[in-house]
Amino acid sequence: MAQSLERQKAKPHLVEEWVGKIYTLICILFLIITIVSLVYFVASKGLSTFFVNHVNVADLLTGLKWSPDGEPALYGALPFIFGSFSTSLLAALIAAPLSFCAAVFMIEIAPKFGRKFLQPVIELLAGIPSVVYGFVGLSVIVPFFRDVFPGQGVGIAAGALVLSIMILPTITTIATDALAALPKGLKEGSYALGATRWQTIYRIVLPTTLPALMTGIVLGIARAFGEALAVQMVIGNAPHIPRSLFESASTLTSAITLNMGNTATGTVANNALWSLALILMLMTFVFVFIVRWLEGRSKI
Amino acid sequence: MKKMLLTTMVLVLAFALAACGQKNNDGNNASSGAPSGGAAAELKGSILASGSSALLPLVEQASKKFMDSNKGVSIQVQAGGSGTGLTQVSEGQSDIGNSDVFAEEKLDADKAAALVDHQVAVVGMAAVVNPDVTIDNLTKQQLVDIFTGKVTNWKDFGGGDQKIQIINRPSSSGTRATFEKYALGEKSVDLPGAIQEDSSGTVRKLVGETPGAIGYLALSYLDDSVKTVKYEGVDASVDNVANGTYPVWAYEHMYTKGEPNEVSKAFLEFMLSDEVQNGDVVELGYIPASKMEVKRDVNGNITK
Repeated sequence: MAQSLERQKAKPHLVEEWVGKIYTLICILFLIITIVSLVYFVASKGLSTFFVNHVNVADLLTGLKWSPDGEPALYGALPFIFGSFSTSLLAALIAAPLSFCAAVFMIEIAPKFGRKFLQPVIELLAGIPSVVYGFVGLSVIVPFFRDVFPGQGVGIAAGALVLSIMILPTITTIATDALAALPKGLKEGSYALGATRWQTIYRIVLPTTLPALMTGIVLGIARAFGEALAVQMVIGNAPHIPRSLFESASTLTSAITLNMGNTATGTVANNALWSLALILMLMTFVFVFIVRWLEGRSKI
Repeated sequence: MKKMLLTTMVLVLAFALAACGQKNNDGNNASSGAPSGGAAAELKGSILASGSSALLPLVEQASKKFMDSNKGVSIQVQAGGSGTGLTQVSEGQSDIGNSDVFAEEKLDADKAAALVDHQVAVVGMAAVVNPDVTIDNLTKQQLVDIFTGKVTNWKDFGGGDQKIQIINRPSSSGTRATFEKYALGEKSVDLPGAIQEDSSGTVRKLVGETPGAIGYLALSYLDDSVKTVKYEGVDASVDNVANGTYPVWAYEHMYTKGEPNEVSKAFLEFMLSDEVQNGDVVELGYIPASKMEVKRDVNGNITK
């Protein structure tokens, strides 16, 4: 009697269990299929430059000249790779100190005001479309650089500055969360030993949260690396390694967006652009691995 | 709570499936639109036109008018670049491929041969400089010297002592191909320090703001923020393009794969009708194909 009652009760739960299992399975399968097919698609297109069109891999990675319709056609992507790395690293260099200090202020110095007003304001920056950043960069930063520095204003400096504002919310949010997650005991112990607030922040808070802060920086760099539109509007897009920060340069993303629509699918010029996309994707994987590795080192 | 979760799940799934199904439907419509009722009075079907962003405003405006008078027809116009437009029409993904250049210049010869060209308009292009540059006229040789980097200062041409800043287009751009072919007569190179932008609006903004800048724009984009220079002493005007004295212009093509189906054909005929040619084409700054007194083939040979 008791057994049968239990079985009756168990039945709806069993159904529930299965419905949940199957539904979540479908969702994860959908995600996996999307990711795998995306990687396969980009890889097959990007690798056909080397296998079908017989462009040398080393030539593409280290070549200095990009002229797909020259005689002979040259596919040197080093200027783009250099441009992508220099703009995103420079952007992180500008944004990281700002973000750390903002996070420290919001958590350690003025927690109530900081979390309630400042954080939403900074997160608002993340919601602004990149074309707006690009247009502001083109209308404000480029003319300013043109007046103040030698050159035409466009270039890596303008690109990095625009990007640094774009990645500010990413780094700040992660740094804020890391600081907030710090166990109270650590700080209180430091205060109990007679350390001042600044000593605590310098010697206890920042070193313990360093892996999380680095995670924020890497994610910021990854975001900057993949940003196309805003950078393309202010960097100038000459396919050369510039001699100064204020000379027209180019990134992987800007080369792709400028040329993808104008080249016909299946041509070498188009495949070479897919190779650039492949490089971008591989770099994203590298960034993800670095983030995972940093998370493993987290001390909290 | 349980019910809500279930409803959400069902909704999400339904939505996902619906999204998948939508595409199939579109595909079916497009293919079934072709040979329906012979000489039926009312046109039915859908057209997908994709490609050149320079031609987009014209096709879009004309398609709205066409749909107003033919309720059964739906026309979708997408930008994406001439290369994309030609590839998609060649592979059958779209019905009409819009392009700034001849198909032969982008596609393999056999693929290009399968496409039928419909020249719906002409776009003239002019070299433009920053308003502070005192030069009014540039010869072909002078332009070549600028765009190949031989001359880097305006004073060499009798202008002020001001460095020349080139605002170019990306090497794959149809606008650049036209300018190189008909204004320079040769390929230009990507010089270090030269700026490249694809959008005409950005080019105009940069030329207008950057001291010593030179670039090139379609005639419809010219305004007071930039200074238009003469080419070999000839004004870049619609009349000079039409009578053949100003050589820097290109056709705007609408390609179909093979002969167009009934719906596409009707739309292309509408594009070439007087209503569009003398109305929308002129209004949007293009030059009507019917007004051209000269004709040009893919190799640049001009016939009267």
